[in-house]
Amino acid sequence: MKYNIQLVGVGGQGVLLASTVLGNAAVADGLEVAMSEVHGMAQRGGSVQCSVRMGQDILSPLIPKGGADLLLGFEPAETLRNVTSVDRDSWIITNTSPVIPISVSIGQGGYPPLDDILAALRSVNDHVVAVDATARAVEAGRAITANAVLIGAMTAVKGFPLSKQRVLDALLEAVPAKAKDVNVRAFELGYEEVRGE
Amino acid sequence: MERLLADSGRLLLLGNEAIARGLIEAGVGLAATYPGTPSSEVGKVLENIAATAGMYFEYSVNEKVALEVAGAAAISGVRSFAFMKHVGLNVASDALMTLAYTGVRAGMVVMTADDPSCHSSQSEQDNRYYAKLGLLPMLEPSSPAEARDMVLEAYRLSELLSVPVLLRTTTRVNHARGAVDLHKPPRPVAKGVFEKDPRRFVTVPANARALRVEQLKRMEHALKLSESSLLNCVFGTSSRIGVIASGVAYTYAREWLKDVEILKLGFTNPVPEEKVRRFLAGKERVVILEELEPYLEDEVRRIAQQHHINVEILGKRTGHLPRAFEYSPDLILSLKDILPVRPESTPAEQPDLPLPPRPPVLCAGCPHRATYYAAKKAVGSKGAIYSTDIGCYTLGVQPPMQCADLTLCMGSSVGAAGGFSQVTDQNVIAFIGDSTFFHAGIPPLINAVYNDHKFVLVILDNRTTAMTGHQPNPGVGREHGGVETPSIPLEPIVRACGVENVRTVDPYDLETTTEAIKEAVESGSLSVIIAEHPCPLAERKEGKLKRSTYGIDRDRCVRCYTCVSRLSCPAISKDGKDVRIDVTMCIGCGICAQVCPKDAIGVRE
Repeated sequence: MKYNIQLVGVGGQGVLLASTVLGNAAVADGLEVAMSEVHGMAQRGGSVQCSVRMGQDILSPLIPKGGADLLLGFEPAETLRNVTSVDRDSWIITNTSPVIPISVSIGQGGYPPLDDILAALRSVNDHVVAVDATARAVEAGRAITANAVLIGAMTAVKGFPLSKQRVLDALLEAVPAKAKDVNVRAFELGYEEVRGE
Repeated sequence: MERLLADSGRLLLLGNEAIARGLIEAGVGLAATYPGTPSSEVGKVLENIAATAGMYFEYSVNEKVALEVAGAAAISGVRSFAFMKHVGLNVASDALMTLAYTGVRAGMVVMTADDPSCHSSQSEQDNRYYAKLGLLPMLEPSSPAEARDMVLEAYRLSELLSVPVLLRTTTRVNHARGAVDLHKPPRPVAKGVFEKDPRRFVTVPANARALRVEQLKRMEHALKLSESSLLNCVFGTSSRIGVIASGVAYTYAREWLKDVEILKLGFTNPVPEEKVRRFLAGKERVVILEELEPYLEDEVRRIAQQHHINVEILGKRTGHLPRAFEYSPDLILSLKDILPVRPESTPAEQPDLPLPPRPPVLCAGCPHRATYYAAKKAVGSKGAIYSTDIGCYTLGVQPPMQCADLTLCMGSSVGAAGGFSQVTDQNVIAFIGDSTFFHAGIPPLINAVYNDHKFVLVILDNRTTAMTGHQPNPGVGREHGGVETPSIPLEPIVRACGVENVRTVDPYDLETTTEAIKEAVESGSLSVIIAEHPCPLAERKEGKLKRSTYGIDRDRCVRCYTCVSRLSCPAISKDGKDVRIDVTMCIGCGICAQVCPKDAIGVRE
């Protein structure tokens, strides 16, 4: 078994944290893990990609195009920018809250309407789940838990190799003690968004 | 990070954490660095745990000093580690090339973290050639777990050969993450004794000539070690088609090639000649998979030629593989005409919906943005040549600031400003960060005074080394590993260099900063402005940021978009016709309020 997850977003959104949570959960599950992360200049508000691969006979930290079983986008335009990482059978989970890049503010390009982005995603694949992670996070109690929502959502995807409890445990290891409850709520809300899709 | 001190267990580690763990398992007594991506996280780990592990660790003022500090330790019998990004080794190379003559008494390892594809660098130079240049043994890991193992092996080899060993990593090893099984660390030896031996350690010409002969003999021994090393071995199924691979490219080859025999080279200087000869013999075709320059390929071609082996060798020299940029699984899959690949899936096609570019930018509240805004206002329509340097502030190249016209290397802003001012009649403004100024900005500033160059130097003093993850520097003093030293203030250093026209301003005060730069430019003499304000990202990390947020009074706002288009703060964007400040990003620097011509921006209640 090999399971490949591509996580994408904007520097500062917590993409790195989410990948580490997944990696730790996979190691706890006894799987082999190889990951690749972005540190340094790109973290200053630029596009960020992290890959997490788990299973057996895993060596490469990178995923070939079309090889991601799951694409998790923290920002809709970034999800679409990286859509060639999936094939027809993969899953795509995308947050629906845009982060408008400065290039748009200074007139170097337009940010497409959200509906157009979602339609474009759905044109490549039938397994697209759009989650308003920020709204669910606010519902859970804090906007900052949007990445817990997305991690929960991912855990509910058909074929995801780790149990819900395993991922939740790894998430709770990574957050401050006083923020555990709100993260559990956020994770559960995300999980419910995808369950049954 | 304390988990990295455990005696046993299995941890998911970043390549750089695995390397730091390797140092602890090797009983290293001293480590020194200047921060540089992709090597920086090794220092972040050591800053926190070295003292507990019994190791001395320092951020040196630059890579050359780091290498000299570590060299003296190894000469005194203490295992040492100097580490840096690839271009850092350019700075340190002067010391390294002579250490390669004198050799060392305890193990010394030098890590060069190369950056194929320039993820965070100004070049993708291939530092494996330093191993050849200095006749230094070299190891190249392909994963975090292997990086830890190779640190241990590098110390063994360094002590067998009495010479520093180069550990050459790349971004996809330093910033990969994988599981590592921990071994019980020994007690490190942090104190040694220096025994005098001037014939070995004082490299006057007569001694250097003798050492040169020694060095060549040492490489003969190193070749034997490379021939028998388990780091150079064959994987895969017996086949007439072979692959010779090193570094992370090996992992791609293992996963996406089938029915090939792979010679993995981990000990790559000297290249194991006999092993390569045996691998080539009987093969129809051998493909060389290595990132950047044809370093191994040229060696393999030489070996084939010397041993009269007639085998088809494909690589960069034949145009089958690229020389620029890092390799990837996709690259391996694209080699289907020359190698049997394992295609797995059909990638989705990119839908035809244009997306806005998203390059990295200066953060919300970044004091550099304010300084750039002030500088542009100060020079007005006459403009200036902006000679800039290495750091977050290089991002000032992006519109609308465009405050970067030349970037070469650490410290180059100051040296180049001297050249610009000598041969042009344009305004010249140099920008350099505080850490970069200490690293390589002082000699060129003295040069400017000495040779009467006339320009304005703005030291962007954000009280940290920000881009690499907020390491301390001499300007803020030291407070880690049980050593405390006070800050070394910039202004007296600048004055001691001989600059008379010096002024310190807070860039959050736009008016004063603009006026100071204007005055300096108009003075026509060599001037230094120290624009001092702490990096808000660092302040937030340390819980020191007193955050307020700003909002826009929609009745007063006349939709002139000065704040959006001329300041380009990531927290400010257009929302239809209105302007919106994102409260989750705004840190309350108040620069936008100073820029607004209608006083429509203020602190949100």
